Amino acid sequence: MSALEAVLLTIITASTPLLLAAVGELVTERSGVLNLGVEGMMIMGAVTGFAAAYTTGSAAVGVMAAIGTGIAMALLFAFLTQTLAANQMATGLALTLFGIGLSGLVGKPFTGLPGVKLGAVHVPGLSGLPLVGPVLFGQDLLVYASVAITVFVAWMFSRTRLGLVIRAVGTNHHSAHALGYDVAAVRYGCIAFGGACAGLAGGYLSLVYTPQWIENMTAGRGWIALALVVFATWSPNRVAVGAYLFGAVWIMGLYAQGIGVTIPPQFLASLPYLVTIGALLAISGNRILTKVNTPACIGQTFVPDR
Amino acid sequence: METTDGDGYLLQAEDIVKRFGDFTANGSVTLSLRAGEIHALLGENGAGKSTLVKILYGALQPTAGRLRWRGETITVPDPGAARQLGIAMVFQHFSLFDALTVVENIALAVPGPFDLRSLAERVERISAEYGLPLEPTALVADLPVGVRQRIEVVRCLLQEPRLLIMDEPTAVLTPQEAQQLFVTLKRLAEEGRAVLYISHRLEEVRELCHRATILRQGRVVAEVDPGSETAASLARLMVGADVHSVNAETPGPAGPATLTIAGLSLAAVKPFGVSLRDISLEVRSGEVTAVAGVAGNGQAELFEALSGERLAPTPQSIVIAGQPCGTRDITERRRLGAAFVPEERLGHSAVPGFRLSENVLLTRHASGDDLVNTGFINGSRTRALAARVAKRFDVRFSRRDQEAGALSGGNLQKFVVGRELDRNPRVLVINQPTWGVDAGAAALIRQALVDRARDGAAVLVISQDLDEIFQIADRIAVISRGALSDTFPADAIDRERVGMLMAGALETDGTPQQDVWA
Repeated sequence: MSALEAVLLTIITASTPLLLAAVGELVTERSGVLNLGVEGMMIMGAVTGFAAAYTTGSAAVGVMAAIGTGIAMALLFAFLTQTLAANQMATGLALTLFGIGLSGLVGKPFTGLPGVKLGAVHVPGLSGLPLVGPVLFGQDLLVYASVAITVFVAWMFSRTRLGLVIRAVGTNHHSAHALGYDVAAVRYGCIAFGGACAGLAGGYLSLVYTPQWIENMTAGRGWIALALVVFATWSPNRVAVGAYLFGAVWIMGLYAQGIGVTIPPQFLASLPYLVTIGALLAISGNRILTKVNTPACIGQTFVPDR
Repeated sequence: METTDGDGYLLQAEDIVKRFGDFTANGSVTLSLRAGEIHALLGENGAGKSTLVKILYGALQPTAGRLRWRGETITVPDPGAARQLGIAMVFQHFSLFDALTVVENIALAVPGPFDLRSLAERVERISAEYGLPLEPTALVADLPVGVRQRIEVVRCLLQEPRLLIMDEPTAVLTPQEAQQLFVTLKRLAEEGRAVLYISHRLEEVRELCHRATILRQGRVVAEVDPGSETAASLARLMVGADVHSVNAETPGPAGPATLTIAGLSLAAVKPFGVSLRDISLEVRSGEVTAVAGVAGNGQAELFEALSGERLAPTPQSIVIAGQPCGTRDITERRRLGAAFVPEERLGHSAVPGFRLSENVLLTRHASGDDLVNTGFINGSRTRALAARVAKRFDVRFSRRDQEAGALSGGNLQKFVVGRELDRNPRVLVINQPTWGVDAGAAALIRQALVDRARDGAAVLVISQDLDEIFQIADRIAVISRGALSDTFPADAIDRERVGMLMAGALETDGTPQQDVWA
């Protein structure tokens, strides 16, 4: 494997959890809900995914557990914000703090244990090709899943009634209610989808990226995903660009340090943020269009009159 | 044609009661609708009209009473259930999604397979059939208000409703657009559908509606044939007393222009905003000058530029009392004797959670009333000023120095207008002075504006209510898509021409357009 192949592979594995978490949050936000609990759902997905895989010896079971945990956390958030009409910012922050704390507790017995790694899929004949082989045809299933989910979400929003209804609910919940749509039900579904993606993103960290459990191993990736959604102006395609760009700059910074380039490490650490924000601002530069894409009802509580 | 007895009714609302806490919005209202009739629901603001139709549409649940649909007792738990029955509603504040296209907006309300292309064809066919042309792929945000109304109506028609409820549909239409809507409604009635029609405009109710139910303070006070009533007799039934007419006798010769706008252009900053294009206007002392126009044609932007909430590019573009003010802020303009009353009462004119005395301070802190001394508020002075305004302008409240948000719309509007008139401004700019205000309060406010002008102030009224404009204005200009027409003396222009200017169908000097419209 050449050095270039190795760099590309690392970039993809570093970007995939960001893409998964961001696409999930994008669907949630498009329905008008701001869930700041992404980091908490991710870390819980990471710890339960690892624990389930370690206990059963099956990475597939680990993946399922991570998704299930993400959904459970998200439904807790949905119950508080949609059924009980709690403030979304406060509830989301609480969910993150709760997830970080609980994951430390649950993960205590698993710290330092050898993990179960989800293997790569090798497409016979194609994965042997130079450069494109391992990069395009030799990835693990979750990489393909993350791309498939992104394509699906983009297609759903542009071509299906479901996508239209979600956009409508996020744009103007009063009108959507007046037309007879159940705003809370749509939002429950979108929040749960976001939770599933965040849980899966966490599971990816503990089952593929670094197959072990380390406390706080999400290291702020949930927050990066949240920022990506906003800077990508709620477009699935731009979220994908942003996630991969972030991963690329990050990994190249690490390699640069590895080969002895003398740049202050603090600057290298901040570089992915600067480059991603700059690039996304450049591709979504139209301020008026950005405001049109913004889900107008984001973060607002909706309680229909009786 | 169905008969009037028993089962001939399409929808009957019997003894509907709706209470919100201690407040009774509907106290035992009974209303019956027949297929094939256009039925007016009349009443002042707060009479309970909106509450009643929301109950019919399932958006609210009645406290007591029952609904019958074609003779059978039903409940309407939510708007979805109402649509299942065949009840469609066009809302006063449209239930459209600005960020979506016309056909997407319609698809959200039409069941069946999701195929935007074939739906777009249906939309084009139906809209052409009823004379309501629509461009299916246009973004709603880019469309003028009259077209948005069409989307709402076409969306309802595609649902094949048996009952169409329309809440103040003509409030935002030009006279010509309203006439077009009436043709459509009459045709719907001939097809055997029922229309429940809410409007403040009594002349159009007389022209259009077969029957009228009149509400006052949550109760039915009369059911009449509007054709055999006069507008004045209908108004008397609504208000329960005679409504005073406004005295706007022709003034002596007008004074000099105290407010001048010269070549003002401002690009839109909000996503669905309007750019102002080369606006010039003179407002003379002693006169009321009105800017007519359908909402959303740049009125809000013009007001913001005049008040100083947005600064103009050059000082000379706005001149107040001889002083170039284009780049001065709102307080500096107030110090020159100008006063401003924006359209939005709650949140713009007044802070809902603040007491009236605190709201007085917000616009009067620098107008020479000594309300503030070295940073400290003089509470007794602000309270005295609030009390003076309330007394002079007949503002009614239940507790002394109440929070602004607790006042009814008409009372709060009297207060915020009175707060500015109380300082006898030389220049007064007011946006939609009587929007959503009951007839009594509207008459008081209009008279106060005229009186202030006759006392020598230059008064600029921005309004979409043509009745109001022709009642009080000495000069009329029309704003359309961010451009202002020439100014015409009120007695030299009629409603029809104003309507055509509102629709942008004439050149700004009032002559027919040069190029032919498609």
